[in-house]
Amino acid sequence: MYEIIAFYTFSALVIGLFGIVVLSKNALYSMTALAGGMVFISGFFFILDAEFLGVVQIVVYTGAIMALYAFGMMFFDTTRDVKEDIRCKKIFYTLSILSAVLVLIVLSAPIFSANIEAIYPTLEGVGNVQTIGLLLFTKYLVAFELAAIMLLVAMIAGIVLVGKKLDAQSDDLEVAKELK
Amino acid sequence: MSNSITAYMFLAMLLLSIGFLGVISRKNIFVIYMSIELMLNAVNLMFVALSRYNDLMSGQIIAMCIIAVATAEAGIFLSLIVVLYRRKKSLDSDIFNTLSQKEAL
Repeated sequence: MYEIIAFYTFSALVIGLFGIVVLSKNALYSMTALAGGMVFISGFFFILDAEFLGVVQIVVYTGAIMALYAFGMMFFDTTRDVKEDIRCKKIFYTLSILSAVLVLIVLSAPIFSANIEAIYPTLEGVGNVQTIGLLLFTKYLVAFELAAIMLLVAMIAGIVLVGKKLDAQSDDLEVAKELK
Repeated sequence: MSNSITAYMFLAMLLLSIGFLGVISRKNIFVIYMSIELMLNAVNLMFVALSRYNDLMSGQIIAMCIIAVATAEAGIFLSLIVVLYRRKKSLDSDIFNTLSQKEAL
């Protein structure tokens, strides 16, 4: 009973907040609503007995990624709004909403035709965190290590893309060597 | 249908559609990126619901991998936005049309 109430409360909140993300004119409101929506999505994970993933969702998304966004907000001076210059507003919005609804119908059609019923057998014995640890470090060890390498590559790429001082410094070093 | 796999899948599809709507209808590349992140979240929710339904833990591991991919993507995308912003001094996605055919003609 409580799960059902929680499911509907969370889904209403998440849909509302994500709607704000998409429709709000101000990018700052979008970011705040996205952070809120991600916290509430972790609520679903807790309902589904995936506690570890719920905690990871809160820590990684609302902790790390939202901090990156906040940095971006400060960096780009978003007080100057991007002018959403859309010609033929009515047609544009109608077409975009129609295509989104079409995607929803196309993707969710197989579920309704298959008549899947919910059977939720509980996982017995070990807890969620323990199971994830066992699986992650045995069966999915390669995926785990590849994820680590991918994060390293992403970090290096980010530093190389943004840090334009690196070239200047190496040039200075070469000039200094030539002077010697 | 409450609390069943159908409800979860329907919610995930709805969130994915909202994200899709954001990707195609907004002009601010920052908000477009947020919408992509939102779609990734919807897929995550679907994976966790299915892993619970099928009693398989693999779905949760894949969801964790998706979170890792999203994090790496956040870092790279933000640095790309910084580079683009330095070039054009704007976040409007209409400005970045260097590869467009119309400009060449």
